[in-house]
Amino acid sequence: MNLKYSRSSRGHCANGRLSSIAPWVAIVGGGALAAYGISRKSVSGVALAALGAFGAVAGSKRGAVTPAAIHVQKTFTIDRPSDELYNHWRNFDNLPRFMKHLKSVTNQGRYSHWAAIGPIGMTVEWDAELLDEKPGEYLVWQSLPGSVISNRGSVEFRPAPNGSGTEVTVALTYRNPGGKAGAAMAKLLGREPEQQVREDLRRFKELMEAGEIATVVGQPSGRRSAVIKAMHAMKEPEATQRVRKGPQRQTQPASLKPQLTGTEAGGAR
Amino acid sequence: MKALCWYGKHDVRVETVPDPVILNPHDCIVKITRTAICGSDLHLYDGYIPTMEAGDILGHEFMGEIVEVGPEVKKRKVGDRVVVPFTISCGHCSFCKQQLWSLCDNSNPNAAVAEALYGYSGSGLFGYSHMYGGYAGGQAQYARVPFADVGPLKIESDLNDEQVLFLSDIFPTGYMAAENCNIKDGDVVAVWGCGPVGQFAIRSAKLLGAGKVIAIDRIPERLRLAQEGGAEIVNYEHAPDLIETLKELTGGRGPDACIDAVGMESHGHGIDWYSDRAKQMLGVGFDRPFALRQCIQSCRKGGVVSVPGVYGGFLDNFPFGAAFGKGLTFRMGQTHMQKYMGKLLDHIQKGDIDPSVIITHRLPLLNAPDGYSTFLKKQENCIKVVLDPWSQGATA
Repeated sequence: MNLKYSRSSRGHCANGRLSSIAPWVAIVGGGALAAYGISRKSVSGVALAALGAFGAVAGSKRGAVTPAAIHVQKTFTIDRPSDELYNHWRNFDNLPRFMKHLKSVTNQGRYSHWAAIGPIGMTVEWDAELLDEKPGEYLVWQSLPGSVISNRGSVEFRPAPNGSGTEVTVALTYRNPGGKAGAAMAKLLGREPEQQVREDLRRFKELMEAGEIATVVGQPSGRRSAVIKAMHAMKEPEATQRVRKGPQRQTQPASLKPQLTGTEAGGAR
Repeated sequence: MKALCWYGKHDVRVETVPDPVILNPHDCIVKITRTAICGSDLHLYDGYIPTMEAGDILGHEFMGEIVEVGPEVKKRKVGDRVVVPFTISCGHCSFCKQQLWSLCDNSNPNAAVAEALYGYSGSGLFGYSHMYGGYAGGQAQYARVPFADVGPLKIESDLNDEQVLFLSDIFPTGYMAAENCNIKDGDVVAVWGCGPVGQFAIRSAKLLGAGKVIAIDRIPERLRLAQEGGAEIVNYEHAPDLIETLKELTGGRGPDACIDAVGMESHGHGIDWYSDRAKQMLGVGFDRPFALRQCIQSCRKGGVVSVPGVYGGFLDNFPFGAAFGKGLTFRMGQTHMQKYMGKLLDHIQKGDIDPSVIITHRLPLLNAPDGYSTFLKKQENCIKVVLDPWSQGATA
């Protein structure tokens, strides 16, 4: 990173990243291992589940001390010209298409208003200011003083070698103001912050290269157990909503209509 | 619709589930006319592939008719008769542009899971675990197919379903395995495993100019079919020292290329096989690389080991010293389907090959659970099971 506004945070970010990310790796990894272990339904599965649960608990304990700042940085190479990527990003209205936790971003010149989906479906809002930009190269923004969520973000676009697209680096820093607001913020953003930024950027790449974001939410499946349903609900909180809204195909002869009764009933993922 | 759902080890059931719907603008919905059980489905059936979830719809070898297209589908139309490749590719990322279709960057919604295990994620696959995207598969009456303009191959000739169905996976997979051997005229290629992929690898090696193909298996009817495909055959149960046998068959040099068309559930004998099997049963070290070890040991110096067989986890007692000492080249991976489907359709149309010769069982989808069991146990000389999703009868 060679951005003016991100340089100041570089010195401590390496340590900051290690201390803030490691517990999350344990929690997420442990949780996944536990879920996978449970799904194996065997002796070795039980062992895996126990090991995973231990990891998750250990991870959450170590993570109990909320760090003063969380810094996350991720880079993807996107096979599109930097100008196109920059322009799409510069129009902040586009961000909620690939940043899952965002509800809306509205732009008013240098200022923008951000609304995110917080814990238990509540909305968290703040205002931000564009600090610096260079068309086709970078953007830097920061929340205004007094925001519940004190954060600074930047995105940089650099040509990849051999003309094979653009290297896109996103860096975000969240500061914890402490107190109740801080706890709420940590809950909102501390939810696997590294994974969140990485997946947001991956969705941006999918959208810009393939013209759509890969999904299986809303596809059919056989009956899901409560454990698997809970896993999906955690991963895709909006899934149930989208399934309900999904279009119904009319080409089906009446005799082949799904019969959702008794033990045969399947469900949408 | 009816679909075959996975519930756990050796537990698959045909259930009534909701019909698939268009979820993304480049999707289409295919009404499936024929579908098949793949040897790699047996790894799922045996519970060796991680990240499966009870209720997943299986199947990645299918074809049919497009009955609905998303708003941004340009080339494919409702009514097109298509074979669907088992890999899902966007057609626009740097990998797709380089014909490395199975490494597509943009088709796996669970790429993070694959990245955690493998460093980077390959493309999404139909019906092949959540690590590969969790896409509902094609052992069903309908399937949602993403990127309709990139994947499905339109069939315009009057070839019947059984002649073109295997363009969905095993024919291109066997062909790529042979192509990966860099065959020069007269080369000797040895193929471990005479299941469907092995059969196509044998025939493809011949098409690509191999002087001799040696087929290795233990099941007489599979060896017979390999022989009909032009291979010399070795039943390893009757060859106490396979590596010596191969030496004798190759003038003492060893095969120029060795193809492992077996994968992670290799059968064999000897202490290392039992040790692998024990570890697999305990759930540590997923894979049983018996065939792969023999490939490495047998291959001539400077030769190629080509691996179309599926591996999922870690290998123990991998003879890397032998691989290094002999300067071997390894080629492997999921098949880059779109690179081969059109070319191989031409071969079928010209009559160079009839893929349907490997079919031994034709069943209604309703009987698919029996098909899995028969295929796994290799009963009734089973080599390939094809399913009819719409047949109501006891046999199709």
